[in-house]
Amino acid sequence: MSQLIQDTPLIVAGRPFASRLLVGTGKYRDFDETVAAIEASGADVVTFAVRRTNLGQNPDEPNLLDAIPPSRYTLLPNTAGCYTAKDAVRTCKLARELLDGHNLVKLEVLGDEKTLYPNVVETLAAAETLVNDGFDVMVYTSDDPIVAKELEKRGCCAVMPLGSLIGSGNGLLNPATLALILEHAEVPVLVDAGIGTASDAALAMEMGCDGVLMNSAIAHARHPVMMANAMRKAIEAGREAFLAERMPRRQSASPSSPFAGRINA
Amino acid sequence: MLIQLNGEPRPLEGDSTLTNLVESLGLTGRRIAIEVNEEIVPRSQHGQMRLNDGDRVEIVHAIGGG
Repeated sequence: MSQLIQDTPLIVAGRPFASRLLVGTGKYRDFDETVAAIEASGADVVTFAVRRTNLGQNPDEPNLLDAIPPSRYTLLPNTAGCYTAKDAVRTCKLARELLDGHNLVKLEVLGDEKTLYPNVVETLAAAETLVNDGFDVMVYTSDDPIVAKELEKRGCCAVMPLGSLIGSGNGLLNPATLALILEHAEVPVLVDAGIGTASDAALAMEMGCDGVLMNSAIAHARHPVMMANAMRKAIEAGREAFLAERMPRRQSASPSSPFAGRINA
Repeated sequence: MLIQLNGEPRPLEGDSTLTNLVESLGLTGRRIAIEVNEEIVPRSQHGQMRLNDGDRVEIVHAIGGG
């Protein structure tokens, strides 16, 4: 055990997090399932959306922030559903007011409803405005290494390229571009979107990603709490494999048992 | 007067502050955030913030999302 490398926490904008798995709160059956899955995931950072309050309904209806208290988790408001920089900035300001000045946000500005692909032009504009307004911006983006670098230059505290389309569960479709982003990034890189199952998450971590953010992979599994537990282990296994530095690949076989002393020698 | 509340027209009686509006909606003490005409109104200022005809008010809260 003395050979275990002591891992450092994930640090985003000066905030240390023990878990490298970040999770969403959407698509669950109810708050009980949400709470149980997040607990099993071991996540410290939990993202949520900001929407108009339903007026004229039961004022005692349960509130997400009561189920997932800001005292226990680092809440990460997101701008999901925003298609312009202006709407994303407004949403972040509302979230900051909602969370009494908490300024860590997940920026995502989408291009269209069919692909939910990021609109990088609007994302770059929103990132610049938000950083200048004092926000710590974790940004969802395409897996384009140049755009990732431009977002970093604008002061984003973490770059979060998609593995594949949001909610698709198609895993990491372009590991080569992800590797390029990782090679050049000077801020944490987290895969956000596209994870389908545990091996996808492990692969992202083995490649050297600093973390993974997921929602559907857990919430839409048949057994979300069990999948959350699997994801926790996959993130840890992938991270340790990265730190342990895998063996080199080789074309030829190499026996694990010695030739000497065989009974047929 | 008439304001736009979360995108819907809503008539208000006489002089009204944001605090009055929040009370009338049964949202007092709830975890919400409010903007008027696209500007955040901090919680501490809801009592002083008088609403005017045509104001666009957004009241939001946290929901599940990824």
